[in-house]
Amino acid sequence: MLSRIGTVVAVVVALFVVYWLHAGGNPMLAIAWTCGFGLALYVYRGRRTYAYRYLFPGLVSVGLFIVLPVIYTIWIGFTNYSSKHLLTFDRATEVLLGEVYLRDDVRYQFTLHADAAGFRLAFKTGDDDAADPAAAPAGTALPARPPAVFVTQHAVPLTATAEQRVAVVPLATAGVALGEPLPLRDVIAHRDAIHALSVEFPDGTTATMASLREFTPHEPLFHRNPDGTLTNQKTHERLTPNVRTGFYESPSGEPHAPGFRTYVGADNYVRAFTDEKFRGPFFRVFLWTIAFAGLTVVFVTALGLLLAELLSWEGLRFAELYRVLLFLPYAVPGFISILVFKGLFNRNFGEINLILDHLFGIRPNWTGNALLARFTILLVNTWLGYPYFMLIGAGLQKSIPRELYEAAALAGAGPLTTFRKITWPLIRKPLMPLIIATFAYNFNNFVVIYLLTMGRPDFLDTNVPAGETDILVSYTYRIAFEDSGQNFGLAAAVSTLVFAILAVISIVNMRLTRVTGGDKR
Amino acid sequence: MPMVLGKSQRWRKIAAHGCLIALLALLLFPLAMVISISLRPGNFASGSLIPEHISFEHWKLALGMSYTDADGAVHNPPFPVMRWLWNSLKVAGATAALILMLSTTAAYAFARLRFRFKTGLLNNLMFAQMFPPTLALTAIYAIFELLGTKISWLGIDSLASVVVANLAQISLHIWTIKGYFDTIPTEIEEAAQVDGATPFQTFRQVLLPMALPILAVVFILAFIAAIIEFPVASILLQSEKQLTLAVGARLYLYEQHYLWGDFAAAAVLSGLPITLVFLLAQRWMVSGLTSGGLKG
Repeated sequence: MLSRIGTVVAVVVALFVVYWLHAGGNPMLAIAWTCGFGLALYVYRGRRTYAYRYLFPGLVSVGLFIVLPVIYTIWIGFTNYSSKHLLTFDRATEVLLGEVYLRDDVRYQFTLHADAAGFRLAFKTGDDDAADPAAAPAGTALPARPPAVFVTQHAVPLTATAEQRVAVVPLATAGVALGEPLPLRDVIAHRDAIHALSVEFPDGTTATMASLREFTPHEPLFHRNPDGTLTNQKTHERLTPNVRTGFYESPSGEPHAPGFRTYVGADNYVRAFTDEKFRGPFFRVFLWTIAFAGLTVVFVTALGLLLAELLSWEGLRFAELYRVLLFLPYAVPGFISILVFKGLFNRNFGEINLILDHLFGIRPNWTGNALLARFTILLVNTWLGYPYFMLIGAGLQKSIPRELYEAAALAGAGPLTTFRKITWPLIRKPLMPLIIATFAYNFNNFVVIYLLTMGRPDFLDTNVPAGETDILVSYTYRIAFEDSGQNFGLAAAVSTLVFAILAVISIVNMRLTRVTGGDKR
Repeated sequence: MPMVLGKSQRWRKIAAHGCLIALLALLLFPLAMVISISLRPGNFASGSLIPEHISFEHWKLALGMSYTDADGAVHNPPFPVMRWLWNSLKVAGATAALILMLSTTAAYAFARLRFRFKTGLLNNLMFAQMFPPTLALTAIYAIFELLGTKISWLGIDSLASVVVANLAQISLHIWTIKGYFDTIPTEIEEAAQVDGATPFQTFRQVLLPMALPILAVVFILAFIAAIIEFPVASILLQSEKQLTLAVGARLYLYEQHYLWGDFAAAAVLSGLPITLVFLLAQRWMVSGLTSGGLKG
């Protein structure tokens, strides 16, 4: 009974959310919510879905927070989403419909009146002594408003010079008795405050001060036609939305900002692979990504296992102390240690150059020279990563039977031989998945690149934002968030390629893991 | 252990100690340097590695106090470090709590219940973890930009958006908790079920109390991961007051406005607690990691 009431309450709440989403103009969100709630209802009320009641929160989270961004990234890769095409079609249309222009052929005379709480402004619309109506271009909707007198709804203090919107209402319905208009010198005294006013008429149009006696109305620049085209009220040009280019275009094909997001097919991929501007840097960045991830794996494994081997020697005193100290680089938050390195390697103010200058009289440009920058990155990344392999190596070594080492020692084998003939062959297989995972991790190691060098030094012969130390992930970041073009579409396309590479790596890894597991059993 | 050592053995040991000490000196040099720099007056290298006289100016600024130098000029903190730390703690606390809430029941189902697609789902969880949010930054940005127009507290530049984006860690933690549940013998739960407990009661009142240690560990791991998370927070957070420590820290080292000493103090101050927590938590991590590597 209680659970039934709970269900009813949940359904009522859910339906309310659907209504709220739909009324708020988000039909897609409303549909998504309905599907999600329906699924939840099925899972929590159905008989055969008992186990899924436990899984539901976790699986929905994975879907929403991991899978959805991945799918959305792939989708963006097929659109022209960028700073030139930032808005959705609806919002771009809204922006255009919100554009106004100053009617230089219509003026509203205004007068300033004293009021108990400040001032009121009165506006005489219609154009009794404005510009000659005959001078207006034929066909424009003149006059903007039939002759009438409007007055500000509330008294205005006229002290602030910051932009301010004030509403006006017809004098007839306002119920205020206006006193005599104040003389021109009062208007002059308050001209800045009046200039900051944006007067809003009951029909939504606005007007601003044009001269000491006149306000001029703003009119919507575009009128929407039933077929979806927009007519420019000033030039009578018709703008047609072009879903191919993502712009509203004039008949002559001239694009009109702001552009909107639209599906462009494989354009981004074609660009990444055929456009010389992108292809060159893409392949150089790709090669460095592989080299960076591969060399990192080699260095951290070598250093980590070496240290694990050293620390595992029986009879080595202070081994525990060494272990904790050697583990420190892993425990310090990366964003701090990387920045510490960045400071230490600074060409002019860094301590490393201070020492080198003292000893050898040199001040290498660690981040300005391509080779040195890459060396620095590998050095720092090895520092960050070796403790993990030291730990893993120590753990794996413990699982190797002691007798093997004793036998080797009896046979007179040195440490190098024991490692080559006993340790390595035995830990190689369980180590392999971790090595591949480390490779995949470093393939995307955005933080170390971005915080240390930001991908610099930049390529000089390209005009996309890419540098000698950029890896694919930092390259996409720069395309999307640092370049002035903010080319989200292209960045997402490159990300999608990285997804594909990672998928291959992880499938290989899963195979290997399974093989290892099979061997053990 | 009394043992007769051969001569070569003794030399090898001395060599090992020498090797380790030299390596340690090299590897810990940056950490020692940053402490020394935080105590050195001024923001520029002064010709010696160990400060000639100790000054707490950078520490005062890091703690949010202003200080007056010898010339009588008052220096104000360049950045609200304490606020950044507080932001980081808020984000990390909320992330860790939500992750625990969302992942524990799923881990229980994977460890104890039978259902269709179990192996497939588990493998896919592992697979999902291979795609870090760093690669989906454009999508995450677009999603939160859209959300912000509907729900203002969840938009760009809100801490809540970072929390939600951080929940992408979840699949890893489902695995971790499941792995621990697997090591708990099922007999006690079976006894409870014989006594008439429903599966949910067994989960709530029998298994969960036994699993408290792993829940604490997962909380800490998720907490640390959220504290050090940089890429997502760097695109979602924009105004200086909203930044987390990870995003804000790099503002110290702009070439045009280089605050090396102030950075060092802030780094030690904020990095030390995180490092200590991590050192304490890694005990459990290590056992999980290595056994995972061997079990396959």
